[in-house]
Amino acid sequence: MSATTATVGGGIARKVGSLHRERRWALVTAYISLVFSAIIMLAPPFYMLITSLKTSAEIADQKGNPWIVRNPTLMNYWELMTDKLFQGFFINSVIVTVIVVVLTMVISVLAAFALARMRFFGSQVLATGVFLTYLVPDTLLFIPLYQIVGGLGLLNSIWGLVLVYPTLTVPFCTWIMIGYFASIPKELDEAALIDGANWMQMLTKIFIPVALPGIIAATIFAFTVSWAAFVYPTAFVTTPDQMPLTIGVVSQLVRGDTFAWGQIMAGALLAALPPVIVYAFLMDYYIAGLTAGATKG
Amino acid sequence: MAQVTLRKIVKEYEGGVQAVKGIDLDIADHEFVVLVGPSGCGKSTTLRMIAGLEEITSGDIAIGGALVNDIPPRDRDIAMVFQNYALYPHMTVYDNMAFGLMLRKFDKGEIRRRVENAARILDIGMLLDRKPKALSGGQRQRVAMGRAIVRDPKVFLFDEPLSNLDAKLRVQMRTEIKKVHQTVKTTTVYVTHDQIEAMTLADRVVVMNHGVIEQVGPPQELYHHPATKFVAGFIGSPAMNFIPVRLEQGGAALNLELPGGIVLPVPADRTRRYTPHIGRELLFGLRPEHLTEVRPNDHRENMAVFEAVPEVVEPMGMETLLHFWMEGAEICARIDPATPAEPGRGLPLAADMNQMHLIDPKTDRVL
Ligand SMILES: Nc1ncnc2c1ncn2[C@@H]1O[C@H](COP(=O)(O)OP(=O)(O)OP(=O)(O)O)[C@@H](O)[C@H]1O
Ligand SMILES: [Mg+2]
Repeated sequence: MSATTATVGGGIARKVGSLHRERRWALVTAYISLVFSAIIMLAPPFYMLITSLKTSAEIADQKGNPWIVRNPTLMNYWELMTDKLFQGFFINSVIVTVIVVVLTMVISVLAAFALARMRFFGSQVLATGVFLTYLVPDTLLFIPLYQIVGGLGLLNSIWGLVLVYPTLTVPFCTWIMIGYFASIPKELDEAALIDGANWMQMLTKIFIPVALPGIIAATIFAFTVSWAAFVYPTAFVTTPDQMPLTIGVVSQLVRGDTFAWGQIMAGALLAALPPVIVYAFLMDYYIAGLTAGATKG
Repeated sequence: MAQVTLRKIVKEYEGGVQAVKGIDLDIADHEFVVLVGPSGCGKSTTLRMIAGLEEITSGDIAIGGALVNDIPPRDRDIAMVFQNYALYPHMTVYDNMAFGLMLRKFDKGEIRRRVENAARILDIGMLLDRKPKALSGGQRQRVAMGRAIVRDPKVFLFDEPLSNLDAKLRVQMRTEIKKVHQTVKTTTVYVTHDQIEAMTLADRVVVMNHGVIEQVGPPQELYHHPATKFVAGFIGSPAMNFIPVRLEQGGAALNLELPGGIVLPVPADRTRRYTPHIGRELLFGLRPEHLTEVRPNDHRENMAVFEAVPEVVEPMGMETLLHFWMEGAEICARIDPATPAEPGRGLPLAADMNQMHLIDPKTDRVL
């Protein structure tokens, strides 16, 4: 932007200057709204953090500014992390999430590959149908699913969750992957076919590496959904030993009408940590524009 | 290396579009054949049927004497170069070229030997570790060719490989392709819509139109002896002039009566050939390069001179193009740039009647 150098001149400079001013206004407006929404988004987690660092007495204290912590302590965290029950919730969440993510990715990559590339009778309808199933909310599905899970004898078991979470993750991940696979130029498969690849080699050696950004996006989605699932575990799990973090924290840390606020906040923050780490870690590998150079362009 | 044979090949797409309507073609071993024709004439479809990427509706395709109708692309022993190159974006240039050989379980040493040999032929040795996105268009084009060469297939198939390049690079790569073919001598089928590319590269040119073959022949033959009006108009640039005429007997010789009262004599050696058509309305075809200024001391026989008034004068540097209208037919002449010419002022033009063609407007065939 050489607008500043142009202010030397006469008529033209005014025009360029006004362009410059317009741009500055656009920037200012953008920053104001960004800062505004950042404050709104970050206020709850910040309040959680502050509260988790307080003793129960300080939380209950009516005096003073609730946004400031006077005697910070890690006691809430320590108590949670040494609590066998909380450790169990964590392990349950990890087991369920890892298995669900792996299952989801295997199913949706294979399904998307078939739907995007192998033209067969009804493939279009099926692709749309897959997406439509995603639009049915889990608050509606858990009633019939309760019957199914119960029929299979998997109520109150993390394996019941492993079974039902993919109904949330597979449709959307398949949809994402169909989009990514469809954007891979047709000539790439044809070149691979001529080079001697079979369908499986085409998938593993061409499609998956080329669509890696999409696979990472879908993985993040599947991870987030199964880590944060709330409705299904609330409905299907009743004993603490089978609970994942999301419901474990709220159901076990609220005893009667006593809210262990410090621990609840610490638990929620600890529960939110893995997604944050996963995001930060995978973003490094989220190499956008990986397909650039496949064809001219 | 092998010959390729097409017998009564038909391709009908879903919805009843007949893209290819029963073509026969024999391509000899080591031959460089170019399929040329306007957009949508079925060139790519034909090529893709040879590759096995498109099923044939009916007919037979044989490569090296073996029927390949039901053989998948990977077992046809062909290699294809695509218009958009279709390089694997996540692989280095080396891996792009080695991929086909790795899938075919060649040993490492042999793969390296072949890739390096191809890289040497194409002069891309210093690019082997790069990814496709770090290459220029011309370099990508070379890698795509390298991927075909390393396989040492029976047949090379090219689908408009140069049309994504700028004009200068296109000419350069054209020479390159010719050079590669002279080195490896692999039977080649090459698709283009550019007739200059076709003429310069081909041992034989196949001119297609609306899913049928109009004519097959060496470039010179297509230029001098087009079989149909379509070929006459398609080959050569600027395109051949077509003027409606009436063929009349004029004493011992034949005459062409042009609109506007101009009469041009037909060379004596054509009399026998054209006699059956005396009195008919025909199309007179003459290329712009055979309609020139009148040169002093021109002793060629059968030069017919008439006066024309150009409406547009286009100086091209090494020649000047004149455009004029004759009863609705636009005529183009190519004259020496030294000849003074300006719009609206008549000048005499010489038609080289030895190069004339007569076309039957009912069948569109050249008589
Ligand atoms: N998959 C398809 N489904 C239906 N019709 C098709 C399909 N592919 C091509 N066609 C039609 O077949 C005809 C021939 O197509 P083709 O691609 O062979 O043309 P082409 O000669 O290669 O043209 P271009 O120079 O534009 O590449 C066209 O009319 C085209 O619309
Ligand atoms: Mg084409």
